[in-house]
Amino acid sequence: MMEIMEGSHAVAHAVKQCRPQVIAAYPITPQTHIVESLADMVANCELDAEYITVESEFSALSACLGASAAGSRVYSATTSQGLALMFEVCFNCAGMRLPVLMSIVNRALGAPLSIWNDQQDSISLRDSGWLQLYAEDNQEATDLHYLAYRVIEDHRVLLPAFVCFDGYILSHTYEPIDTLTQEQVDSYLPPFKPYQRLDSTDPISFGLFASPDYYMEFRYDTDRALKGAAGVISAAGKEFGELFGRDYQDLVEGYRLDDADCAIVAMGSLCGTVKDAIDEMRDEGRKVGLLKIRCFRPFPAREVRKALAGVSRVAVLDKNVSLGAKGAVALEVRDALYGEQIPVLGYIIALGGRDVRKKDIRQVVEMAEAGKGDLFYGLREEVLQ
Amino acid sequence: MALGTGCTARPGRSRENRTGSWRTFRPEFAHDKCTACGMCRQVCPEGCIGEDEEGLPVPDYNYCKGCGLCAEECPAEAIEMKKEEK
Amino acid sequence: MNGESCGLFEYGHRACAGCAAALAARTILDAAGKETIVVSSTGCMEVFSTPYPETAWKVPWIHSLFENNSAVASGIEAALKKQGRKEKVIAIGGDGATFDIGMLCLSGAFERGHDFTYVCYDNEAYMNTGIQRSGATPYSASTTTSPAGRCSIGNPLPKKDLPAILAAHGAPYVATASIAYLPDLKKKVERAMQTKGPCYVQVHAPCCTGWGFEGEKTMAIGKLAIETGLWVNFEMEDGKVTRVKKVVRKPVEEYLGEQRRFRHLFRPKKNEAEIAKIQAIADRNAERFGIDIKLKK
Repeated sequence: MMEIMEGSHAVAHAVKQCRPQVIAAYPITPQTHIVESLADMVANCELDAEYITVESEFSALSACLGASAAGSRVYSATTSQGLALMFEVCFNCAGMRLPVLMSIVNRALGAPLSIWNDQQDSISLRDSGWLQLYAEDNQEATDLHYLAYRVIEDHRVLLPAFVCFDGYILSHTYEPIDTLTQEQVDSYLPPFKPYQRLDSTDPISFGLFASPDYYMEFRYDTDRALKGAAGVISAAGKEFGELFGRDYQDLVEGYRLDDADCAIVAMGSLCGTVKDAIDEMRDEGRKVGLLKIRCFRPFPAREVRKALAGVSRVAVLDKNVSLGAKGAVALEVRDALYGEQIPVLGYIIALGGRDVRKKDIRQVVEMAEAGKGDLFYGLREEVLQ
Repeated sequence: MALGTGCTARPGRSRENRTGSWRTFRPEFAHDKCTACGMCRQVCPEGCIGEDEEGLPVPDYNYCKGCGLCAEECPAEAIEMKKEEK
Repeated sequence: MNGESCGLFEYGHRACAGCAAALAARTILDAAGKETIVVSSTGCMEVFSTPYPETAWKVPWIHSLFENNSAVASGIEAALKKQGRKEKVIAIGGDGATFDIGMLCLSGAFERGHDFTYVCYDNEAYMNTGIQRSGATPYSASTTTSPAGRCSIGNPLPKKDLPAILAAHGAPYVATASIAYLPDLKKKVERAMQTKGPCYVQVHAPCCTGWGFEGEKTMAIGKLAIETGLWVNFEMEDGKVTRVKKVVRKPVEEYLGEQRRFRHLFRPKKNEAEIAKIQAIADRNAERFGIDIKLKK
């Protein structure tokens, strides 16, 4: 059914339909509408979940860890500073192979303090072992939650996941959403069957410490599971398409990429602006295309390499910067294309909520064609003086 | 043995580590003095003192670390710590 | 024996010979029983009981991080409630995890009133990392980060009164106990687990390795702590002290003199002024809790 919904409410509605048993979340701009929405649903008996009003994000994820280990489907949401505070627990969840789902309403990291959007927060946890999915619009943000639960609870995966969507740009924007019914969600997402759980009828010790004789094997095992998740995502995404008409089997998606000369690579809501700019440039006869990355972890290196095989140059838009080096996505794309003679140019863009227009995309393409890249795009020189 | 997914293990595995090898002194139990009060069983940090049908202590020397708490706390002074000959 | 330890804590663990924490673990589990889920913080008890692939726990057990066992326990309690399960949740942490780094999660869990028990085994320092000072380290104890020296008398700060803090959160039952009195410890843990809401038991766990005494003296040292008034065994119900262990008090020197961590108060010469300060702490405890048995003349 088509409904006009605010992004946060659409996500909260989807989460409700996934029937989480325990929700533990701490409010932080711009995630607040999600957790408030869920609290409202619980208060009105529309959602039968234990809602823990924790005292910090650190405790939120710790409580989710415990509840997941005890065999419940869990949910949390956070962003920016909150996610940074969860750093330690994130590594713990992945290492303990617990399928925790968290919405990340992407926001810049302080200092300086910023409540506006960029993707530094989730990108900075790319080493943690969590799956990372990025939504271009609110429909995708909604759908990716159903998909993510389905994937992470699969016994071949058993890893936590971030479903990322841009703060304010998506979370606080009203868009038409094609909502699923509860029956449809139940047919796609069965009740959670834990692989193992805290249970006095079958006691297990969780979270032993590992000496040098064992640590590497555990890390390898987790890495193997995360890389293997790619196949599980594709299968689950394909089934979603067959059932509900929106296909998510591809970890990356090309837009007018087939005969492109210059390919732009981007993640999240930026893709929408890029597509509009591409349409304009195409009308002028310029062969530009987009490679949208939907799944950042596991990183789809093979798919990226295949998709960009025929282009002459790649312009990667990074809404993040690995300070002292480059944008994280550019570095990984460059690595995926290792050996190919295709120049990959990186552009740090839109940090801290700085707006990006079609003209900015056009300018990036021009810079890429002139071989000018690996820079911060659109700096205000007058501020830097 | 398969890797315990998520770093897990089932009960009983610590028995593979026979801590009796740590010992320098070994507790000797004089059953004739013992009143079967059960104090030694309670205070042993290893939990390695069992009991027979009469309630008299039966230590498992595979795991006894020779800490001496049982001897120290025995109200009947029925336990003596003796240097172990290796 | 039938090839396994008596009780719910397996032997083969790697605790020091004479370890109070190991004794505490055994006793706590005896009180708790099989239908218990234990949440441990990082620390001695966790490290000596679970080097992969070995585990000494016969009940379901989980370890996450140093400072979050209360938060993890909160999540487990919520999950069990949702699933309609009857198991009890008990969080166990050392004084480091409880008094210091875990305060945030502990306070939150108690403020929210989760139905669980928190037991702190208090060996009065960060023992597992090498005997460093914690918020539970008593005045003048020498630790590796508050060492006694030419211009230091050891830890210059008082012991944090955590039972009072948790009682102030509205905890229905708060108790202190000691491995020196095992049946009392067992009763208090049982009481805590049977009481609905967040309950706290703080267990004095003298550490032979960290405090500097022979392992066989673990219980004797624990008794001296209580007999000198430097540790008080009490129970609080809804914020009011209801039971206290009374003693015929001994001077604090009898306790201090047995431990290497207080050796600087006696060598090279007796520091009467500092010992007097510690005696004053014991005297204040005695007055506050009414522990002195008044002998008839």
